[in-house]
Parts: sequence; C-alpha cells; structure tokens
Amino acid sequence: MSSAILHIAVILSPFVAVPVVGWAGGKRIVRSVLPALIAGLLAVYFISVLIIVGSSGPFSIAAEWAPTLNLSLSFRFDGLSALFATLITVVGTVIVVYGTKYFEDHRDAGKFNAALFAFMGSMLGLVLSDNVIALFVFWELTGFTSYLLIGFEHDPPEARRAATQALLVTGGGGLALLAAGILMLQAGGTAQLSELAGKGSLVADPVYPGIVALVLLAAFTKSAQFPFHFWLPNAMQAPTPVSAYLHSATMVKAGVYLVARMTPIVGGTMLWSSTIVIIGVITMLLGAGRAMLETDLKRVLAYSTISALGILMLLFAIGTPAAAMAGLVYLVAHACYKGALFLVAGVVEHGTGTRDVTGLAGLRRAMPATALAAGIAAASMAGVPLFGGFIAKEQLYDTVRLAALPAGWGDVLVVAVVGASMCLGAAGLIAGIAPFWGPSMPTPASHDVSAALWLGPLTLGIASVLLGLFPSLLSEPLALAVTATSGSTSGGNLALWHGFTITLALSALTLAGSVGLFTYRGRFWRIAWPRRLQTEHLYSKTLTALDTVSSRLGPLLQSASLRSYVLVVVLSAVGLVATTLAMNRVLPMVRRSTSVEFHEGALAALIVAGALSAAFARSTMAAVLSLGVVGYGVAVMYALLGAPDLAMTQFAVETLTVVIFVLVFSRLRGFGDLSSTAVKVRDALVAVAAGGLVTTLVLFIGASGTTSRLAAFFADAAPRLAHGNNIVNVILIDFRGFDTLGEITVLVTVAIGVRALLLIGRERGR
Amino acid sequence: MTSSILQTAVRLLMPLLLLFAVFLLLRGHNQPGGGFVGGLVVAASFVLYSIAFGVDAARRALLVRPSTLLGVGLLVALVSGLPAVAAGHAFMTALWTTVAAGSMAIAVGTPLVFDVGVFLAVIGVVLTIVFTLAEAVLAEE
Repeated sequence: MSSAILHIAVILSPFVAVPVVGWAGGKRIVRSVLPALIAGLLAVYFISVLIIVGSSGPFSIAAEWAPTLNLSLSFRFDGLSALFATLITVVGTVIVVYGTKYFEDHRDAGKFNAALFAFMGSMLGLVLSDNVIALFVFWELTGFTSYLLIGFEHDPPEARRAATQALLVTGGGGLALLAAGILMLQAGGTAQLSELAGKGSLVADPVYPGIVALVLLAAFTKSAQFPFHFWLPNAMQAPTPVSAYLHSATMVKAGVYLVARMTPIVGGTMLWSSTIVIIGVITMLLGAGRAMLETDLKRVLAYSTISALGILMLLFAIGTPAAAMAGLVYLVAHACYKGALFLVAGVVEHGTGTRDVTGLAGLRRAMPATALAAGIAAASMAGVPLFGGFIAKEQLYDTVRLAALPAGWGDVLVVAVVGASMCLGAAGLIAGIAPFWGPSMPTPASHDVSAALWLGPLTLGIASVLLGLFPSLLSEPLALAVTATSGSTSGGNLALWHGFTITLALSALTLAGSVGLFTYRGRFWRIAWPRRLQTEHLYSKTLTALDTVSSRLGPLLQSASLRSYVLVVVLSAVGLVATTLAMNRVLPMVRRSTSVEFHEGALAALIVAGALSAAFARSTMAAVLSLGVVGYGVAVMYALLGAPDLAMTQFAVETLTVVIFVLVFSRLRGFGDLSSTAVKVRDALVAVAAGGLVTTLVLFIGASGTTSRLAAFFADAAPRLAHGNNIVNVILIDFRGFDTLGEITVLVTVAIGVRALLLIGRERGR
Repeated sequence: MTSSILQTAVRLLMPLLLLFAVFLLLRGHNQPGGGFVGGLVVAASFVLYSIAFGVDAARRALLVRPSTLLGVGLLVALVSGLPAVAAGHAFMTALWTTVAAGSMAIAVGTPLVFDVGVFLAVIGVVLTIVFTLAEAVLAEE
C-alpha cells in the first residue's frame, strides 16, 4: 500500500512541481537548474520502472478516489505505459533544458515552465491510467494545458485562435472518449482497462460499433487524423519547444496510444482495423504531400508529423505483434528525429529571425553544432542506414509487405507507403539540410546560439544514431510494450542488417526518391493547395452554426427581466406540483378537529388585507408598508404556532428588508401605471394559481400523517445523535448541514453579485 | 441627517445587541436561536449604527470589511466538515466531544463551528449588500 502511494505521488509530482518551477525565485542558476533536475529525476524513475517491468512483469497500483462513482486512481505499469512514460519524461527533460534557455529573458518564463509541468503530469496520467474515466480526465487535462502552451504568446490573435481550435477539436474528441468509457463500463461491468482486456473483447456487445466510433473519434482528433488534421499546422503558432514536445513527441501520439491500448479490448475486428487503416492511409498521403508544398520550417514538420501519425495508426491497426513492434520502433525513432528537427527550427529562428526555408542557406558556418544535430536528424528521417529512421522504415516495409490484406490491395498499400516515405524523407532534408547547406544568405539576424539550445537537438540526434547502430538495445523494452497491446511476446528482432531483401531494395529506392524530390523542391513550392480540399472550413462552419443557434436561443432564455424569470419559476413549480397532485388524485381536505381561535383569525385577516393592499398600492411607500404588514403578521403567526426560530428570523429579515427598501427608494419609479391591464390580469392569474396550490398542499399535509412521523423522528434523533434539543437548528446545521452550506454559498454569491452590479453602475455613471 | 437621540440610543443598544447575537448563536443548539438569526441580529445592529452615524463610521466600527466576512464565513463552514474526512468519515459528518466545565458536561462538536461559519457569512452578506447600496445612493445624491 505504501509503495502504491509512493508511485501515485511520483506520477502526480509534476502537478505539485507547478508552483515550484513556475515561481522559483532567486538566482538564475536556481531557476534554470531546478526544473531540469525535477524532470531529469522523473526520467530516471520511469527508466527504472521500465527495467522493473521487464524483470518482474507488469504491476498495478490503486487508491480510492470516489468509490461511489466507480472512480479510482489506478495506474498500470506495463510495457506500453512505461515506454510512453519514459518517452514523455526523457524528451520532457530535453525540452525543459532547451525551453529555459529559449525563454531566458521572457517575462513569462515561469508561466511556461508551470504549464509545461502541468502538461507533463497530465500526459503521464493519461498513459498510466488503468481506469477509463481517469484516462478521460487526464486526456482533457492534456487538452487544457496544451491550450495554455499553444497560446503562450497570446498577443497575436492567430495564436489565440489556434489554441482555441486545438482545444475545441481535441476536447470534443475527449468527450467522445468519455461516452465510450461509459459504454464500456456498462457493457463490460468495469471501468478498469486491465480487467476489460482480461475479459476478452466487447465485440459481441450490441453497442460495440458505438464504442469503436467514439474511441476512434477521440483518437483521430487527438492524433490529427484526416479530416481533423487541420489543427496541427495551425498549432505551429506555439513556441517551438512546445511544438517539439506536444506536436511531435507526446500529445499527438496520445491517439496512437489509445488505439494501442484499446486493441485488446475492442480491436481485432474488420470494422476496427479497416476504419483505422483507411483513415491512416489518407492522412499519411495527405500529410506527406502537403509537407512538400510548405516553405515554413515548422509547417513542413507539422505536415510530415501528420503523415507519420497516419503511418503509426496504420501499423497499430494491422494488429499483429510484428506490426505493433514496427509501430513502436517508428514511434520512438520519430520522437527522436522530429523532436530534434523542431528544436533545430527553433534554434534557426532564434539565430536568424526567420524560419522560411527559401531565405535560409549556409548556416553551417554560423552555427556548426546545430548543423550537425540537424544533419543527423534529417538523415534519420530520410532513412539513411546506420540511423534510427532506417530501422523504423525497414520494419514498416516488412510489416506492410506481409500484412494480410485483400488481394491486390497489399501492393497498393506498399506503393502508397513508399511514396509517402519519399516525401517524408525529402521533408526531413528540407528541414534539416537546406538551411545549413550551400552559400550563405543574408538573414534578419545572424549569430550562433549557446550550448543549452543546440544540446537538446544534438542529444535527440545522438539517440537516433544509437538506435540506428544498436537497435537490439530497444528490443526488450519494445517487446514488453508489444505484449501489452497485442498479447503476444513474439515481436520479431530488431537488427541493423536483414540481408539482401526486397525491403532493403525499397529502402534504397525511397532514399533515392527523397533525394530526387529534395533536389527539385522549388517546383513544389509554387503549387498552392486548393481551398476546396481543406477540411478546416468544416470547423469554422460548425462554429458559425453554433453561434447562430446560441444567438437565437440566448435572448429567449436570458431576457434579463426579473419579472419574467419569476414568472417562469413560479409557473414551472405550479405546473409540476399540480400535475403530480392530479396524477395521485390528491384533494384538499380540511381536518375537522382544527379549531381557530379569534386572535388567530384576526391575524390571518390582517395578513390577507396587507397582501391585497400591497397588490393594489399605487405608491411605493404604500406597497412597502403593506408588505411589512404581511411579513410581520406571518412572523407573529409563527410565534403563535410554536415556531420561535422562524419568528425571530422573520422579524430580523423584515426589519432589514425595510432598511434596504428605504435605501433604494429614491431609485424606484412610482409603479401605479407600469403594467398594462392584460399583464395585470396575467399576473393575477399566476398569483392565484400559486396561492391556490400552496393552500392545497398545506391542507393536504395537515390531513395526512406525514408531519407527525417526521416530527417524532427528529424529536428522538436530535438529542440522541446531534446533542441538541432545538430541532430546527439541529436540522439546519447537522442533519441537513450540506444543504445549508450550499445555501450560504448562494447567499455569498448573491452578495458579491449585488456589489459588483452596483459598482459597475457607479463606474458607468461617472 | 444626524439625530443625537438616535445616536445615544445606538451607543447604548449596540453592546446589548451584539451580546444578544452571540447569546443566540451559542444557545441555538438547545433553545431558539442559531447562527443564522444571530448573524442577522449583528447585521441589523450595524445597519442601525450606519443609520445613526453614517456608513463610513459603521465600516470603521466593523473593523473588517464585510467582503472579508463572506470569505471567512464560507471557509469556516467548509473547514468544519474536514475533520470528519480526516477521521475517515464522509464530509461534514458531525464529530462530538464532551468538555467538562465545572459540574456540567458540555457537548462540543463540529456543527458548532459550522454554525459560526453561517453566522459570519450572514453578517457578511447583509452588510455587503446594505453598505454598498447605501454608498451607491450617497454617491448619486
């Protein structure tokens, strides 16, 4: 148990670190080293978890959260989650070091670190959660924190717009995930993913197609699959460290993770695989093609990322252990080289003031270390042997060639994948080679950057090289992850050399194609992508439609007239209660035994007279005084009938009401002629209906035995359970204390609202 | 408008009203009274004070801002529910202990703390509204 608490504390520690890294004061060394240290320790922790999972198998930990709602904070450490957690924290450490330097003199540097750590915690929760509802919560948290990160430079309106767009698209998908989770909970009887996976697939369930549709909607929006891909290039408004972290290494892969995680639960059917394969292939081709048309470094990388995400979806949809293995290798290799290239784009922009590739060349002299990192990453992305990307591409081709597809489609798929890979390789060369090669060009600024900036991309580049030279290093951790998603252990071996095969020939062909496309890159830049083929207008049309609906609906519901609100409230209450009474055939009954004393009758007459006088008063003063008669009369009635608490409260409230009336007197118009006759008749009818209903209820309650039963219970329970003899007060603060808490919260809110309205009025008056 | 009769009366009445309010608050558990009506009495006494001496004087006499009482009252009420959570019960479960005071044994529990929270919040609500209204009217004149 204690170790469970420890693990949960570590998983949630990035959230705890938010204020620490966000507002760390003191010397610059503290501000820059502390966040990196925390992230680094987390990375070490999850690497060791990965090793533990490898030696002693997956394990789960759990702590109750809201047991009545079937919610628990349960986390599962298996190969898949530990691999993702390692990726998140290792890349996160690189980003933190880089980001600290990138935002060195930025006024909001602390805020950036705070949001980054909140995101890291959300992402860790997402991949480690074993409860589907908790998974949803962390899923949405990554959306919220990414909103903060994309819109970090919030002055330009495009940045705010892009942040909102990413939030709405991925957040909408998150809601689909919640619905899918609830369906799974109902169909499978548990919200625990590991238990659902153990029970076997939910395929036989009638809601199965619904679950698949909802899960895929979530995965496709998060991982920028067609037709939701448009948010990712727009999100390039984000600062570069954010793009490198969220939009290449981690968040966009959450959708891929979801597909891998759900495969044992809902996967393995034609519906599941074919939908993902089709969408994945469309996304792969679309992203690869459009990457060739862009000249902004970050947009080139964004479209190539969309394409890579399509490839990952495709691989995980095939579902065989070998395909899962290929997917994981591709995922790790992609995180390394794409993260590095994004960081390089940031360095280039930092050093030159532009990231338009048509205006950049020859930077290798000005920034040699960055050029080295960029070259390595580009080589890996292009699939040059001895680099990580080569291994990934070999695995991809092997899988696609051997995939069990309907006759003829296998060859089509191979051609599509090779074509997309050629474009991706060329995109890698455009981003990693073009700015550094050739003769120097004049740029807005030109200076080398400090080590903290080029260290990050170089580290990721070296990781690519290590993966390329010693792929067997990753065999074991990846095999663990394969087990988690496909249930089988035989994932195939990673090796640098597979002999002279068709796959090797395809790799060589791809490399040649990439170089060719790269050489003639200028021709593609002249092509403009037709507006008709963009899916973003679907998003804007949806937003416009929603705006139209709410602008029509809003005034109907929010008339800003207190009288109509009161009318609606009273009429609803009367209608609902009267319907219930009629359905139960309740009739007012008068208890014969009730005797009315003379002074009680006189008091009642006085109250009625006061009410009538208030209704017909033609001056404010007369109305207020008449209402006072009603109020004090009711208070005296309470006192007579043995409710001193109510009487005291009523007296105090009446007194204060009079004071408040006196204060607002000067602002009230004489209201003798405010309403037309028709309105007066309507109001009278409503008033009579409400009064009649209350009278019926009182007579009914008086005639039935309900009152005495409750009174007896409280008279017995109050002294025994609540140590008090005053039943009214005991009910208020103990038996129904939670209600009272709600009521005083409402009162406090009202007070704040009144004050705000009056102060606004005074501001306007000036 | 200043009336020395009202001012003298208020000077004499204020301590009595405040004492009465605390009395209502404390005895509320067994006799008529409680935090809500106690809070109303305190609020009414300060409203009376503001009528006699003006809103500024009443604000000074209150020592804290009414808006502070809003927050503190709500917080006290909320916090009174937490010991139960710490003890492993549901939020706001009443916890009682008996304190010996001379020959009597007085039951003390978290609902009393809750009642104090209600008391403070009610004072804050009424005075926030009345003082703001009064100042708005004054500003207009």
